Amino acid sequence: MSILIYAEATDGKLKKTAFELASYAKATGEKVVALTINANNTGELGKYGVDKVLQVTNEALKNFNPKAISEVLTQATQQENIKTIVLSTTTDAKYLTPLLAVKLNAGFASNVVALPESLSPLKVKQAVFTNKAFAITELHAEINIIALSKNAFGLKESTGAAETVSFTPNLSESALQNHVTDVSKATNKVTIADAEIVVSGGRGLKGPENWGMIEELASVLGAATACSKPVSDIGWRPHSEHVGQTGKPVASNLYIAVGISGAIQHLAGVNASKVKVVINNDPEAPFFKAADYGVVGDAFEVVPKLIEKLKAFKAANN
Amino acid sequence: MKILVFISHVPDTTSKINFTPDGKAFDTNGVQFVINPNDEFGLTRAMWFKEKQGAHVTVVNVGEATAEPTLRKALAIGADEAIRVNAKPTDGFFVAKQLAKVVSEGSYDLIIAGRESIDYNGGMVPGMVAEMLGYHFVNGCIGLEVDGNKATAIREIDGGKETLSFDLPLILGGQKGLVEEKDLKIPNMRGIMMARSKQLTVLDPTSDQAKTTIDHFEKPPAKAACKLVSPDNVDELIDLLHNEAKVI
Repeated sequence: MSILIYAEATDGKLKKTAFELASYAKATGEKVVALTINANNTGELGKYGVDKVLQVTNEALKNFNPKAISEVLTQATQQENIKTIVLSTTTDAKYLTPLLAVKLNAGFASNVVALPESLSPLKVKQAVFTNKAFAITELHAEINIIALSKNAFGLKESTGAAETVSFTPNLSESALQNHVTDVSKATNKVTIADAEIVVSGGRGLKGPENWGMIEELASVLGAATACSKPVSDIGWRPHSEHVGQTGKPVASNLYIAVGISGAIQHLAGVNASKVKVVINNDPEAPFFKAADYGVVGDAFEVVPKLIEKLKAFKAANN
Repeated sequence: MKILVFISHVPDTTSKINFTPDGKAFDTNGVQFVINPNDEFGLTRAMWFKEKQGAHVTVVNVGEATAEPTLRKALAIGADEAIRVNAKPTDGFFVAKQLAKVVSEGSYDLIIAGRESIDYNGGMVPGMVAEMLGYHFVNGCIGLEVDGNKATAIREIDGGKETLSFDLPLILGGQKGLVEEKDLKIPNMRGIMMARSKQLTVLDPTSDQAKTTIDHFEKPPAKAACKLVSPDNVDELIDLLHNEAKVI
């Protein structure tokens, strides 16, 4: 039996999550088929365990179109006689997977954080209650879909080569209908979704004029910048930077919280990060209970020192 | 314009999450339930359409009688009527089936849901309902305008936003941005009084079955204590992040 993964690409380049899905699917011990749309270097997927790549090349799918992509995946599932599909939890995957689940009349479990406990029946561990707990869930439809939480499994290289074959789906006019009238995207910034490291500021920074050091710290680390909910609510920073339960989820390797006390809703949203560092002058701040490393001190003294030392560290290690 | 808003009945965002001793069920003891925050942003946007464009707003929940106070709160905020499908919301597919039936019987122009509930975080119901009915759908919606039969929606994408245009009817999975936090309404006494006499229809569920079953719940393992580093020695922090945590 084979597992199908949807290996997402942006502007032709496969995303890191594509390789993570490949690593995950391979680790189940099954044969791995990957579907790509307008992606280059599909052979790269072989290094992470993909046996076969179904490569779709179609100008009409240049922009993200959930209806069309779910249709493509449905046809690939049928052609390859797939019973288990693994997708990611990227913004785009979250948009299209529910459509796919209905098309295939499939069982669907999202935010899966570990290898299946069993493949037959398919039993998985999901993060629920915004990372405050886990559910062990059994999927009992004929075809089942799981969405793997970003960065929950990581990358595992394997040996082998992927055979790439071209795949031409039949797409109806209605599936290809374009609704997008405008896209605005900052191209030079690390996004919270893709960042390995996130540097986040809270009310402890006292005002938007003090964000220079957060941005500098992020820039030294190649990190994305984020903020707590109160900071976005009072307009110091844009909503797109708000991380937490009602904001963006964070699942980076390193999360650095500066001047954030750590309200339960904030901690829930950033809990999936592997390593958490807190810098706060209040030793009673709840974030210290959730963090791996902490500095009790004035952010306005600690952060500039940290920037200076990190610059030296980066210079010595590059 | 007729608007339907999906309302999930979820534990308050500050709740400590506990399970029954056998781990089989969520322990609701001492837990305060609220309108799912992502749904509340959508409901508040619906109230704006009611005030400015005369929309009629219905709220719907799939849940047991214990969810009715949450629906009454939505009525107190200003929704015109409520529907409860009388069933335990077992999984996303089951809930979507119930809601698809309500949508198909109501000729709504706009169906507003939250991008996900903060309890099971499935994020699947709005998209599933749209696909079941062949309706247009936008997820991660942070802005919405309606002009006649046309809706313009803004969706959040990684590192930016996308503007989309649809003919109604449209289903959307919304989030903060549809309205701001400060726009959220706390029901006033008049609203609460009026809500008591508004129509709340209880419907029987369809015979559809869930496609997934939660076997049991687990809590995350206890966390090791935070290692404290002196503010005068940030070199140690860098060393720990590099050599111990291996993240820089």
